[in-house]
Amino acid sequence: MDLQQRLQMISELEQQAKITTDNQALGLLNAKIKIMKQQAFENLSAWDRVFLARHPNRSKFHDYLPLLFNDFIELHGDRCFGDDASMITGLAYFHDLPITIIAQAKGNDLSSNLKYNFGMNNPWGYRKAIRIAKQAEKFRRPIITFVDTPGAYPGKTAEENGQAMAIADCLATFSNLKVPVICVVLSEGGSGGALALSIADRIVMLENAIYSILSPEGFASILWKDESRYKEAAEAMKLTAYDLKELGIIDHIIKEPKGGVQQDLQSVVNMLDHYISQELNQLIKTRPTVLLNARYEKFRRIGTI
Amino acid sequence: METLFKKRQERLNIFKKMRNQEIISPKKEIPDHLFTSCPHCHANLVTAQLAKNLYVCPQCGHHFRLSARQRINQIIDEGTFKESDKYAQTENAHEFVGYQEKLKLSYQKSGLLEGVVTGYGKINKQNVCIAVMDASFMMGSMGHVVGDKITRLIETAEKKHFPLIIFCTSGGARMQEGIISLMQMAKTSQALKRFKEAQNLYISVLCDPTTGGVSASFAMLGDIMIAEPKALIGFAGKRVIEKTINEKLPEDFQTAEFLMEHGFLDMIVKRDEMKSVLAKLIKIHGGAHGSTAKITNDQRA
Ligand SMILES: [Zn+2]
Repeated sequence: MDLQQRLQMISELEQQAKITTDNQALGLLNAKIKIMKQQAFENLSAWDRVFLARHPNRSKFHDYLPLLFNDFIELHGDRCFGDDASMITGLAYFHDLPITIIAQAKGNDLSSNLKYNFGMNNPWGYRKAIRIAKQAEKFRRPIITFVDTPGAYPGKTAEENGQAMAIADCLATFSNLKVPVICVVLSEGGSGGALALSIADRIVMLENAIYSILSPEGFASILWKDESRYKEAAEAMKLTAYDLKELGIIDHIIKEPKGGVQQDLQSVVNMLDHYISQELNQLIKTRPTVLLNARYEKFRRIGTI
Repeated sequence: METLFKKRQERLNIFKKMRNQEIISPKKEIPDHLFTSCPHCHANLVTAQLAKNLYVCPQCGHHFRLSARQRINQIIDEGTFKESDKYAQTENAHEFVGYQEKLKLSYQKSGLLEGVVTGYGKINKQNVCIAVMDASFMMGSMGHVVGDKITRLIETAEKKHFPLIIFCTSGGARMQEGIISLMQMAKTSQALKRFKEAQNLYISVLCDPTTGGVSASFAMLGDIMIAEPKALIGFAGKRVIEKTINEKLPEDFQTAEFLMEHGFLDMIVKRDEMKSVLAKLIKIHGGAHGSTAKITNDQRA
């Protein structure tokens, strides 16, 4: 039974408890529910984490924004084509330090998700990120990026406007920014669209976030020509925070409360705040050439011959 | 003692050579079949003539896909190519079920140990570093060996101050290597950024097909962007897009001509002109001495 099924069963038992009049039966039922709830989040599989990462109630960038930062000033547009609503950029204070924020946004209902295109960026979103990142470099502001995307948008206009080139330019630009960059993977880090905001000095991931080359469904469909093997794919893909920490792809994991970050966002924000403070303090004292060399090495050593 | 050691070393080398030859049988320039059918106009072509015509259909101009070796023979001055990292291959394929078998099939099919050949040579007597991808090796997908070979070539080109040319042909990331494959996009792109910041010339040539993670990294970062006629170039797959937008896409979608029209290419170059175009571009950038385009006092006066 996977997490989704376990939770489904708990909610069915809860429904049953509501209509049970027999006190003894109710007592038993409640005891069973209690035990199941305690055990539901133990030994999570990779697929369980995919389920949590994509959960509609999971905290989004907009939930973190007022808790982590002060005086946010949003900036818009790529100065070329348009303004990608799913790429939020702007200025804010992190404690007393002026910083630049570049974040992928998802909504929490259908209408907001349509507005944010389900977190899938267009080329003008990546170009907006590049513009704002260069601006941050000019004013010597550290950058904090937030990754939450199933992947770059596979659309007609996206291709006509150079989706591939926009992502490639993002990778190249961020690799050479002379200011500290910290990347926070909130929920879903899907393929090149996520990588575009991940060329950073530190990559920190929430415990139940996932980061992968493709969705498990897409992976199963391409590799095994069988989309129904998505659970198996999730296990094989090494997409959990723990897998990625072990592979040396990410630097740090932020623990989540039982049931996911939305159960106690403040506690996660506190840990995130502590981590970012600590790392930024170190990074802002580092000379740009040293910073850039370390960032280069960080990616240079992945998969050498 | 020393001679004994030398002898042993020699024997070891012979053994190494044999072992490698076993895997890398030199691919024949001309295929076994006397005739080849053009996939575009279906003309029945004499294979030997097709080869003489640089594998371009004389009837309709269709550019057949080339192997890396064929491409190098067409572009690099005869006898000047020095291959680097020739024997680099995936060592940890057992970590993903079925990957090893896939690789073995590709060794046989392509005569290569990986999806890219890298090295340096001369184009009309001018030094260049060159990488040529090969679609017959797992669709030219980018695993860590491909990513690292290309990165090492970029770093060599930077040290030597040679112009860099990459012939891209790839379906994108190599799924079997998962996140490690994705990270090769970051690795190659950052190396190119450094290379270019140091005033070096990078020419990217997009061949059929260039898609996915390769198009979203080194393929699109050229100072000069060239494509072969009708090459398929794009990020997302056509079917995925059609499914997403629920709309049929036009015939020319994601072709070289489509990209040219939308401003993403400098030029589309036919195969018979490719070498001379590359040679001219290298020359105007100062050749292998680098692009130190300083205006001397004489020129100013
Ligand atoms: Zn033809």
